[in-house]
Amino acid sequence: MGILHLTRAVYDEIRAHGEQTYPHECCGALLGKSTEEGWSVTAAVPAGNTRTDSAHNRYQIAPFELVKIERDARRQGLGFAGFYHSHPDHPAQWSQTDFAEAHWLGCSYVITEVAQGKAAVTNAFLLAGATEEDKRFEQETILVEDLPIGADPN
Amino acid sequence: MIIYIPTPLRPYAGGKDAVEVDALTIAQALEALTAAHPDLRKHLFTTEGKLRAFVNLYLNDEDVRYLPAKEATAVSASDTLSIIPSIAGGD
Repeated sequence: MGILHLTRAVYDEIRAHGEQTYPHECCGALLGKSTEEGWSVTAAVPAGNTRTDSAHNRYQIAPFELVKIERDARRQGLGFAGFYHSHPDHPAQWSQTDFAEAHWLGCSYVITEVAQGKAAVTNAFLLAGATEEDKRFEQETILVEDLPIGADPN
Repeated sequence: MIIYIPTPLRPYAGGKDAVEVDALTIAQALEALTAAHPDLRKHLFTTEGKLRAFVNLYLNDEDVRYLPAKEATAVSASDTLSIIPSIAGGD
């Protein structure tokens, strides 16, 4: 099983975001650096959920918001490690909708179950495969760390 | 012009996050990109040669789908083209 490294701040932020938007789904981007040990996520960027027609069980990030997030990330020397969203009163497992709409191969999709307004389980799934036709989700272990990989503790 | 490559497509673009191409239109820019990096073609286009539905293109700040001339829109050397796959889902 692969490993997704999140800083404590990122882990707390994405779970808090899910609680803030409950009973609607939250969503956002995970930025970081690719390391020999996998993606090291150092920033979570909250995004708006454009699925206002069905925000309790659907999410979508406006493409231009992604463009702007990418521009900021590039300036910081960071890249898209993945994305996160919440499942209000629903398990932290990927759904058929999540799978059908997942297109960022090699990136992590992090899902937090928010039960009755409180963040419960958070899981990560790598979108593996070489093409859209053979893509698959593989569960990853989330490692929560106080500092990013390689950071000087002093 | 510069074409920005999203994370999942960089392995098929020589690991680059941006590729510079000479082109007069968006379509020519994509053609130049995939000519230089043929492995990108199947990720961007269907077998019928149409841009995949989940691939968003932004010419500077404009969604190419909503430009009057779409991919036939003229471009200049100072323009940028961002390739952004869509992000959506739900339980």
